[in-house]
Amino acid sequence: VNVLSLIVFLPLAAALALVALPRLGDATARVAWVAVAAVDLALVVVVWLRYESPGSGSLAFEEQAEWIPGVNSSYHVGVDGLSLPLIAMTAVIFLACAVYALRETDRPRVQAALFLFLQSVSMGLFVAADLILFFLFFDLSIVGMYFVIAGWGHNDAGRSALKFFLYTFLGSLALLVGFIGLYIAAEPHTFDMVDLADQTPLAGSSMGGGLVLAAILVGLAVKTPTVPFHTWLPPAHTDAPAIGSAVLAGVLLKMGTYGFVRIAMPMLPEAWRAWAWVIVVVGIVSIVYGALVALAQTDFKRMVAYTSVNHMGYIVLAVGAAGIVADGTAQARAVAVTGAVTQMVSHGLITGALFLLAGVLRERAGTYDMASYGGLAGPAPRFAALFAIGAFASLGLPGLSGFIAEFQIFTGSIAAAPVTAVALVGILLTAALFLRALQQIFTGETRGRSVGFGDLRRAEVWAIGPLLALSLLIGVLPRPLLDVIEPAAEVAVELVGR
Amino acid sequence: MAMRPLLLLPEMLLLVGGLVALLGGSFLPRARQWVARAVAAAALVAAAVTAAFGMVGSGQTAFDGTFAVDTATGVARIVAALGTLIVLALASDEIAGSPRESETYALLLLATTGVLILAGAADLLVLAVGFLLASVPLYGLIGIDRTPRGAEAVMKTYLLGALFGILLLLGVTILYGVAGTTAYGELTSGLEAAPVGAVAVGVVGVLAGLMFKAGGVPGHFWVPDAAQGAGGAVAAYLTTVPKIGAVVAAYRLMATLPGTVSWPLLIAVLAVASMTLGNLAAYWQTDPRRLLGWSTVSQVGYLLVPVAVAGRSDLALPALLLYLTGYTVTNLAAFAVTTAFPDRRDLDSYRGMGRARPWLGASLVVALLGLVGTPPTVVFVGKLTTTAAVWDGGHAWLAVVVFVNTVASLFYYLRWIAPVYGRRESAEPPTRGVTPAAWSARTAVLTAALSLALGIGAGGLWATFSV
Repeated sequence: VNVLSLIVFLPLAAALALVALPRLGDATARVAWVAVAAVDLALVVVVWLRYESPGSGSLAFEEQAEWIPGVNSSYHVGVDGLSLPLIAMTAVIFLACAVYALRETDRPRVQAALFLFLQSVSMGLFVAADLILFFLFFDLSIVGMYFVIAGWGHNDAGRSALKFFLYTFLGSLALLVGFIGLYIAAEPHTFDMVDLADQTPLAGSSMGGGLVLAAILVGLAVKTPTVPFHTWLPPAHTDAPAIGSAVLAGVLLKMGTYGFVRIAMPMLPEAWRAWAWVIVVVGIVSIVYGALVALAQTDFKRMVAYTSVNHMGYIVLAVGAAGIVADGTAQARAVAVTGAVTQMVSHGLITGALFLLAGVLRERAGTYDMASYGGLAGPAPRFAALFAIGAFASLGLPGLSGFIAEFQIFTGSIAAAPVTAVALVGILLTAALFLRALQQIFTGETRGRSVGFGDLRRAEVWAIGPLLALSLLIGVLPRPLLDVIEPAAEVAVELVGR
Repeated sequence: MAMRPLLLLPEMLLLVGGLVALLGGSFLPRARQWVARAVAAAALVAAAVTAAFGMVGSGQTAFDGTFAVDTATGVARIVAALGTLIVLALASDEIAGSPRESETYALLLLATTGVLILAGAADLLVLAVGFLLASVPLYGLIGIDRTPRGAEAVMKTYLLGALFGILLLLGVTILYGVAGTTAYGELTSGLEAAPVGAVAVGVVGVLAGLMFKAGGVPGHFWVPDAAQGAGGAVAAYLTTVPKIGAVVAAYRLMATLPGTVSWPLLIAVLAVASMTLGNLAAYWQTDPRRLLGWSTVSQVGYLLVPVAVAGRSDLALPALLLYLTGYTVTNLAAFAVTTAFPDRRDLDSYRGMGRARPWLGASLVVALLGLVGTPPTVVFVGKLTTTAAVWDGGHAWLAVVVFVNTVASLFYYLRWIAPVYGRRESAEPPTRGVTPAAWSARTAVLTAALSLALGIGAGGLWATFSV
């Protein structure tokens, strides 16, 4: 059995077992979830250790089996430097959520099954090398997350979940239209990603290529989300349970950005170059607008949700800049793409941690409203410490992963298109808003909801701590990660320059 | 040209089975009417098995070329027979021991015979016979419960059926008049030289009749009323099985038309109208069966999409058959959930059902999301391939319309899913409809599982369908 298939289907098998065996106690279900997530992570570590860069036009740990041969769609999986870091990040986030949920009392068995299902789906998406397989997992991630929000959310969860479902499903169908367009244009018709990247169908047809790219971009932009398709994100995050938000922001948003580098850039290079400036502008607007709206929030979770729009904006900016082809900028554009992938990993870890911390706020004091707290550092020093690390990581302090990512994004983007420097203002704004949040919640006299606030418990520390520790590790020792990403980023830039 | 009546063995089996069920049922005491059900089930299984054997080998025709026995007929036979078998399972809960039990089974088999004749018809006159044989038993089935709503539904269906039947016959007459033949094999050349206006009127008439049978615009008015007013098993039947025959018949007819009339546009317009109207009308329905009734109108729209490129894309026919198979299984799964809880006639009465009955809840989710076209259910593969076919045939815009409508349809399916997993507002347990009907519940789980399994195994289906 291919190790990637094992990584994808192990959680699903465990989820089915949990559903089929209702007599398993809640305690067993919680522990089983942690165990399966840990085994999955261990398998990913094995893959990482044995991984060697496969080079242009091929994948490592490849497996292909017939699925619907009539339309040239197959079960085709494999990894390269773009997907491997995301698989690892996904495994880490789901393990963190499993550990965090060790204290869950609301239907823990079903919740564990649902998250294991989501883990399978997320892993499957990142290893998929066939458009229909990709779409299958893309859609199922929406279905799974709908039930997470509707079933375990709070406040107006039903409505937020519905909005999330409708909006992102709309995006997924736009994506499917684009995929069918690629399929029809390819000769012979195929859904295989490797073949399509090799063929670049629609090359030479600026109209057809533009329309298909537009469909794919809309689909991915809804999922990412970028301005103006981001309006589903804040309510979904605000009403989702903590681990749901962590997975949504940490993993599901990356499906959009991953699609840019995996599908749009290599398969439609000509259209991508033609529309690169539009993508760059959307990225810059997302960065600035996301940061400004985040600055205006009083609800901590909503604020983090908007900083996600801002952080995803950096990725969009970088991949857009990668399409502005000029002589002698290939290396700079590869740096931008490397930064984009690093940012996907970094944002997953940091925002996952921040949403879990937000979950602690709600669990202890029932509100995300920052003004209700004050002087929280006194009663909850561990919480304060992790929160501060998370905030600094998110605002891009050197020594943490966010800095590595954003530094590369700006280095690459500004070299390719100097005007992108205007997006630097986003970094200033996020710094301001996180510092203000820190000040408001933690400093001063202990008052309001901070009184009697219980500090982090062991399971919470072990869920959130490793995420931030990894961010720190990447910030201090980025080489192991960058060594994996860089060859793939160079290939991506080479492909988009064709 | 030869008679070769044995090629019609599945149809004969169903006809004989129906007659045996009818006559035998008259002599059976009320408590032993299940024997008639067993006879009907045996006839359906035998028809499906003989149809499967009939698919071995290449296409043939029977009765001087007026009835085609090819892959499309074979698939329609198997799917219609097994679909009716599933309906029998739903009927086991609902009408076991009721006064008109064996009559229901007999009518179901006779209507299915008509559906199969529609599917295989390669001659306009055979088409007309199939239409009547498939329609007349349905009138009886809809009203067999003798409820007020049933009476209204049967009246509406009957009047519309009479009107559209006349349109169909008129269309057949005109086409015969201008082409000088009713056999599909000679129709293409016969119509090529004929005046375009007359051909167009004739085609519209025949299509209108088929749209009544399929339950698509403009012949859709009876569908929501019948789905709501008839018994659960009958509602499941008439929104599922007749479509198989009608859509395959439409495909066959379109594939024989010459290029002088722009029939692809006509089909595309009907498809867009069906899917859009069905979706919009389903939006605010509160009765789950009525909601499903409108949803089936929109599904006819999707089913017509590959018909619009009949003969212009290699993908069209297998895609159509795949969608038909998937739709039959998935729609029956959704109806099975409603017959499992016959007293729950309000979306809100499903509140908390998913927690009390996890398997049924999951089946309903699979069925409804399947009807939306979520992977990995088989309807997704159907939708994917039909849109690919229509794009391949040069109508990319129709593919886009399909997906726009799919998004629109999601909303009303979610209106049903949301309460199923919603929290119960009052703490007191519901007083009625707590225990689901056993046969329906099992059928729902089975068909939902089948919908997933066929989606994952779609490669094999496709290979069979594209022979």
